[in-house]
Amino acid sequence: MFDRSSQTLPGTGERGMASKRYVLEIDGLSKRYGRVEALDDVSLQLPMGEIWGVLGPNGSGKSTLLKCIAGLVKPDEGSIRINGLSPSRATKSVVAFVPEINTMYRWMTVAEVMSFAAAFYQDWSKERAQELMEFMRLEPGKKVGSLSKGMRARLRLILGMARDAQLVLLDEPLSGIDPASRDRIVEGIARQFDGEGRSIVLSTHAVDETERLFDTVMFLRDGHIELIGNAEELRIQRGKSINDLFKEVYA
Amino acid sequence: MKVEFDQSRPIYLQIIEDIKRQIATGVLKPGDKLPSQRDLAVQLQVNANTVQRAYREMELLGIVETLRGQGTFVRAERSIVEETRGDMVSTLVEEFVTAMQALGYDAEAILLHVRQKLADTAGNGGERNGK
Repeated sequence: MFDRSSQTLPGTGERGMASKRYVLEIDGLSKRYGRVEALDDVSLQLPMGEIWGVLGPNGSGKSTLLKCIAGLVKPDEGSIRINGLSPSRATKSVVAFVPEINTMYRWMTVAEVMSFAAAFYQDWSKERAQELMEFMRLEPGKKVGSLSKGMRARLRLILGMARDAQLVLLDEPLSGIDPASRDRIVEGIARQFDGEGRSIVLSTHAVDETERLFDTVMFLRDGHIELIGNAEELRIQRGKSINDLFKEVYA
Repeated sequence: MKVEFDQSRPIYLQIIEDIKRQIATGVLKPGDKLPSQRDLAVQLQVNANTVQRAYREMELLGIVETLRGQGTFVRAERSIVEETRGDMVSTLVEEFVTAMQALGYDAEAILLHVRQKLADTAGNGGERNGK
């Protein structure tokens, strides 16, 4: 009754026969730093309502790709379209970029960071921020400087997820933090994502903890796409986890 | 709560298997409401699209039905339990027989092992019941 091979549907994160709307379209993107090819002819189309994992070791171009999409790095070649527009002032309200490093003032309290963000971002949702803050077990009165690395990573995630941005870019949200915080962050993402109205691009090399979140995974190597596909289809085709596939690709 | 998946197999299939198991063992009964897709995604810590795919496949398989605005329910027919059980039994038997054949056992030997195991189990069960 249940034939695994015939039950699988082609394509990525297919949502019936409805035509896809792409929130992000990249064509032939390249970026060079001196002699290093940070991005080499990257092309992709990200439909609305999906979570993508950008996977690769350090220096594979993950961060550069996210920064190009956020409009923080100017590519040498190729085009980026966010809702049909080039990265600019207009797309800043569509894209929420959460960097790997801290950009919050150490002397601010968690509550102050929240009200600062509420004033700064027009699409800030106070209710969602509150809900996330409770879920992440962040104490409003604590100063950023006194938070552990894990707690600061949780706070960063809120800065991205509490906005009504259509495209959320999370750069290495799990890097260098404790397992409990990793779990909270993965669960927080699952909680805030409903498959509608928003897409998330998450770069990481912590594949084991995050792979259950992804519709599509993209493996980067030396700035080019080594492999891209629907996570469930890859599990069917290769008979292994994305994490094992990751180890195989970068062996 | 964190649910462990075998990440080498599609997650949506494992969600389907889990719900079928619940139907086959009577945890979920015909007509029972399934958790909302959103709630299940949060509970399992997976992408909402993965749960959506599992629910859609189960609809195609005739295990559940979605009523507009009300949610997803185990199909109300009693036969759905028998069908699901039958389905699981064929899978289990097929896996077992395939594994035994791979080890080089023929039909006779397989049956012998099954009978022996059943006799052992019946013996143990009898002792327990006798207490």
